[in-house]
This record gives sequence, structure tokens and C-alpha cells, in this order.
Amino acid sequence: MNKQPIVETEDLTKIYNVQVAVDHLSFSVVEGEIFGFLGPNGAGKTTTLLMLLGLTEPTSGRARVLGIDPTRDPIKVKGLIGYLPENTGFYNDLDARQTLRFVADLNGLPRDVAVERIENALKTVGLENETEKKVGVYSRGMRQRLGIAELLIKEPKVAFLDEPTLGLDPDATNRMIELIATLSKKKKMTVLLSSHLLHLVQRICHRVGIMIKGKMVAHGPMDQLAKEKLGLGKEKYTLEEIYMKYFQEV
Amino acid sequence: MHGIKAIFKKELTDHFSSYRFMILFALIAMVSLITAYMVGLNIKQELEGIAKPRFVFLMLFTSTGALFSLVQFVAFFGPLIGLILGFDMINREKNEGTLSKLLSQPIYRDSVINGKFLAGVVTISIMMVSIVLVITGLGLKMVGVIPGVEEIWRILIYLVISIIYISFWLGVAILFSITFRSIATSALAAVAVWIFFSFFVTLGASIVANALTPDVGDSSPESVVRQAKIQQAFALVSPMELYTNATATIIDPTRKTTRSIVLMGPMEKLSLTRFSGPLPLSQSILVVFPYIIFLIAITVVCFAVSYTVFMRQEIRSL
Repeated sequence: MNKQPIVETEDLTKIYNVQVAVDHLSFSVVEGEIFGFLGPNGAGKTTTLLMLLGLTEPTSGRARVLGIDPTRDPIKVKGLIGYLPENTGFYNDLDARQTLRFVADLNGLPRDVAVERIENALKTVGLENETEKKVGVYSRGMRQRLGIAELLIKEPKVAFLDEPTLGLDPDATNRMIELIATLSKKKKMTVLLSSHLLHLVQRICHRVGIMIKGKMVAHGPMDQLAKEKLGLGKEKYTLEEIYMKYFQEV
Repeated sequence: MHGIKAIFKKELTDHFSSYRFMILFALIAMVSLITAYMVGLNIKQELEGIAKPRFVFLMLFTSTGALFSLVQFVAFFGPLIGLILGFDMINREKNEGTLSKLLSQPIYRDSVINGKFLAGVVTISIMMVSIVLVITGLGLKMVGVIPGVEEIWRILIYLVISIIYISFWLGVAILFSITFRSIATSALAAVAVWIFFSFFVTLGASIVANALTPDVGDSSPESVVRQAKIQQAFALVSPMELYTNATATIIDPTRKTTRSIVLMGPMEKLSLTRFSGPLPLSQSILVVFPYIIFLIAITVVCFAVSYTVFMRQEIRSL
């Protein structure tokens, strides 16, 4: 672990009214890795991501993203992170280029840079032949890929992907996972990915964190978790087994 | 700053390319054209053969043609423009999941609401200016009178007050679109508030005034005045009444006051006949100044409330 942490949290806690959404969360994501963020619905994964983006203020604790405190300087953090929200929405009467153009405008990119990045992003996600259509008629898979294109406009060092494969058919899911793996490899992007599709997470993630009821119950490379929980060596386990083991314990 | 600019640009494009705006604009342009045409015909007939009075041009806006004058029309239906432009500004973005993505871009949260409000105000301004220009053009052609410098000033001030008035309703609509998640609820709430303030407050004012001034059988001047004062004060709760008062002496210089009844002693009657000419512009402004300030104040307050509510909302509930 000589690489420096890109995302770091320390006792990060969020309480909505009386409900504890995130409970003294401490974990880190290091440069260049794909970190799988697992956990049942309502475990506080999205809330954690929102706090890391500076969109929600933590009740207590501390977070650092790229060395910046997102609560103190959310604008700077938001400029550096690409975020794909769960069930991401689009303006249906725009086409792909207009959508990306708007994102570029929001990021204050100059026109020539924007045009170049838009074309590159469209090519990367494989939507360059679909730009005539309005986003409203896009299929779910295409919409998710457009969401990835949107975050590529920023050319971020870190990407937070909240359920990028939600509701996709097997083929589209595969394409999405491949896309994420390529981005991580080619663009050296650090990815924090939350998903329920454990076999896919196992395929591309370097490390995982399992979050249950606001607490991070396990956190580390999959081999290590497998050894700890199942006493198994490499290649003999599935992430699902580890996950269920933790889930039953809580 | 690029945040506000980008959102402003997008919202403006959205407004001008939406069917909603086009239908609204067509409707209002049609009504104003018809009104102006009727009024123009009327004025032309009345002016035949007599010396041209001052401020003929303003009569295009104030005299009632077939049904109502343009000024009355804006007072009643201007709010609808604001409401229709704003009632789904924020909650549509919430429902379609675009708001959380918008806020995850490097922009301040208030850029969203500022940009949207600004785009709405500019849309309203363009609408109002073009309607007034159309009427002016039609009036020039039909009546054949060129507006004087003072008349142009008065029309400009009237325009500004009208834009503030409609912006107030835009602010109300945005407030509802922030507080209500469902678009239908916020639309209904906005229309309900409009109906309440535009129609029922005026009705309620006379009821309240009647209740507060018991009828003891004598219709002494004092009790009549007292009743009228209460009624007027109560009616001012309605922004429509406020707007009508604020524009009264501006667009109609022969009116001396915003009050509908003036109690006159013999001396006052004398002075009224001695100074029967129209009120100069500076004096007209002076008469309505409190109303203008109050209209601006409620617009600002309404926007400030929306702003605060929006800034304090948890992102999770967005």
C-alpha cells in the first residue's frame, strides 16, 4: 500500500432525524483501483457517496477526497469527481451532444475543449452513431452509457458509480462492466462502484467494502476476506459466499 | 458564475421551444391584439372632430374596449403566465432524477434556482415587451397619434411594474415547485392561490368591511368612509389589487389617487376644477411609489423563501 489514498473517511457519520444512515465509517480507496462498494438496499452506500461529493453534510466525522474536504470545498471536489447517480435522469428533449454540451457548460469548459471531449466521450462509450436521436428514446443501456459519457466530460481522476448496472439486460451489463474496466485501465481512473451484481464486482474490482446498516463490516482485497471468513485460498470462492456470510452474521 | 450562465441559457431555450410557452404567448397576444383593436376603433370614433386630448395614446391601454382593458387583462391573467412558467421548475427535475446530477456538477446550489428564476423573468419580460410593442404599433396605425416622450416613459414604467408583478407569481410558482414533490399538486396549489387572491380577497374585503362597521341605520359620511377604508386596506392583501394600485396613476394620468372614492369639501372641489389637468409624471410616481415598493418587497420575500427552502433541503429528499 504505497499508493496514496484518493478517498479517505474517518468516523464518517450521518444521522437523518433519528435514523442512523452511516455509522462511524472509516475506509479508504487508493489510486487507480476499482473499489466495490457492496451492501443491501438502504445500507447507506448512496449517503456515503453524497457525503464524499459534498452534497450532504456529515453529522460528524471527516472525509477527504483527493486531499480536499468535501464539506469545506464542495465545488472543487465536484469538479474533480465524476458521479453517476442511481437512476440517473436526462433531459429527454435534448440529444446526446446537447446533453454533454450542457455538462461541459456547467463545468465552465471553453468551447473547443468541450467539443473535443464530447466527441471523445461519445466514442469511448460507443454512442457516436446514436447522436441524432433524442435522449428520451434511448434504451436503458444507452442512457447509462450516456451517463458515463457525462462524467467523462470532466476527465475526472475519480469516478463514483452508484448502481451503474441497475436494470440492464445481461448484454448491456457486460458492456457496462467492460467499459468501467477499460476506463480504469486506460484512463487510470480510480473507481468507486456500488452494485448488487456480485459476480461482476468480483470480476473487475480490486478491493471491496461490505456495508451493512451503516457500518463497514469488511473491507479489503477479496482473497483476504475469503481467507478470513471461509478459510479458502484463491479462486475457490465466490464473492457471493463471502457476502452472505457477513450478511448472516449481522 | 458559469453555473448560472449555463442554467440560464438552457432554461431560456427550454422556455422558448416549449409548446406551453407558445400556446400561452399565442393566447395572450391574441387577446391583446383584439383588445387593442377594439379600443383603437372606439378611440378613433370618439376623437372624431374634437381637439386631441393629452395622453390619447395611453388610452389604448386603459380604456375598456369590448370587455376589459389591457391593464385589467394583465392584472387578472398576468399571474397565469408566471404560474405556468414556474409551477414545475424544480419538482420536474426532482422527479426525472436530473436535479441530483445537476447538483453534482461543480456549481453552487443557488445557481440552479437563480438561473431558473432569471430565465423566467427574462421570458416574462420578452413576452410583455412584445405585447406592448404590438399594441403600440397597432395603435399608431389605427389612431394615428404619436406617443409623446412622457407617454413612452409611462409605458416603460408600466412595463417594469408589470414584469415585477408577473415575476412575483413566478416566485410563488417556484416556491410550490420546491415544496411539493408532485407536479400536479404544485400546479393546483398555484392556481388555487391565484384564484383566492385575485377573486376572493376582493369579495372578502367588502364582507370584512361590512362586518367591522356595523350598520346602525344612518349612512353618515364617516361610517361610509370608514367602511371604504377598511375595505381598501383589506383588499391590499391581494397582489392583484396592489398591482392595480401601483399602475393606476402611471398609465392613467388623469387619476389623482389610487383610491376609488374621494371625499371632497367645497375647497377641494374648487382645487380639483382648478387643477383638472393630468398629473405630471413625477407626481404620478409619487402617488404609487409605496405600492411599487411593496410589490417589489413581496416579490423579493417570495423568492427569498424559495431560496432558503431550496438551500436547506436534504439532497436525499431531492
